[in-house]
Amino acid sequence: MKSKSVVKARFGPGDAVRVLDAYPLGHVRTPFYIRGKTGTVERLCGAFPNPEELAQMRDGLPAQPLYRVRFRQQDVWPDYRGSSQDVVEVEIYQHWLEKP
Amino acid sequence: MNDPGPYRPLTYFQLMEISLRELLVEKGVVTEEEVAEEVEAMRKRGYERGARVVARAWVDPEYKQRLLANGTNACEELGLEIPALKLLVVENTPEVHNAIVCTLCSCYPRMLLGIPPEWYKSRNYRSRMVREPRAVLAEFGLEIAERVTIRVHDSTADMRYLVLPMRPPATESWSEERLASLVTRDCMIGVAVPKT
Repeated sequence: MKSKSVVKARFGPGDAVRVLDAYPLGHVRTPFYIRGKTGTVERLCGAFPNPEELAQMRDGLPAQPLYRVRFRQQDVWPDYRGSSQDVVEVEIYQHWLEKP
Repeated sequence: MNDPGPYRPLTYFQLMEISLRELLVEKGVVTEEEVAEEVEAMRKRGYERGARVVARAWVDPEYKQRLLANGTNACEELGLEIPALKLLVVENTPEVHNAIVCTLCSCYPRMLLGIPPEWYKSRNYRSRMVREPRAVLAEFGLEIAERVTIRVHDSTADMRYLVLPMRPPATESWSEERLASLVTRDCMIGVAVPKT
């Protein structure tokens, strides 16, 4: 993919990120349960056409960096039962992330 | 008196599928034969493909490193074509147990594991696996010790996941083929572990 059709990655592994607490309509790949939660970037998976745009029959460009973000289960579910080390990892596009 | 017998009308999605398929054929985009071939190929693809990858990683440490670094390339190395599949292989260790779910729909590494089981697509599994993984795993008969971290992977976007389970003890003398026979579909989803 040509560099100008890719959005520059703003985060790197280990960075703390917060998922936007937003509820737009459409084909959104950010699960509800993770919105507004803070986690840590585990890795950058590459850049992919924005699925919210693809679903509208557009090209989805510029491509959005996609991250795997790691969340502590205790931060996601206040009543989580299990080890405090347990985590859930979710793929999230950059335009859904902000600095906490 | 009103028993309709074995007859059931088509569901909404069955009707959609037939309509779309007939349109594509009518417009010459695909032929009936091509559709039938693809469906047949999909049915034939089984989890044995994934099991081969796991067994190779168990016997060849260098292959394992390549598999963890780039799952897609490592599968192609074994002659397994997995078009359009961006594969991330996650490794179970004595400290970490991995499990896979897709809370949004039913994303699944079909090219390596075949057609997903019904429970993988169920609302029950999809909603509870992220919220109470230990309880769900226990229902599959898998008790994970408290000291082991559970890492659940929600397959929400472009990546697909495969769990690399731990090689069972006392299998040092086993051949790669025999090892592969231990690796079930559920082991590679992370709801079971291989047993001798």
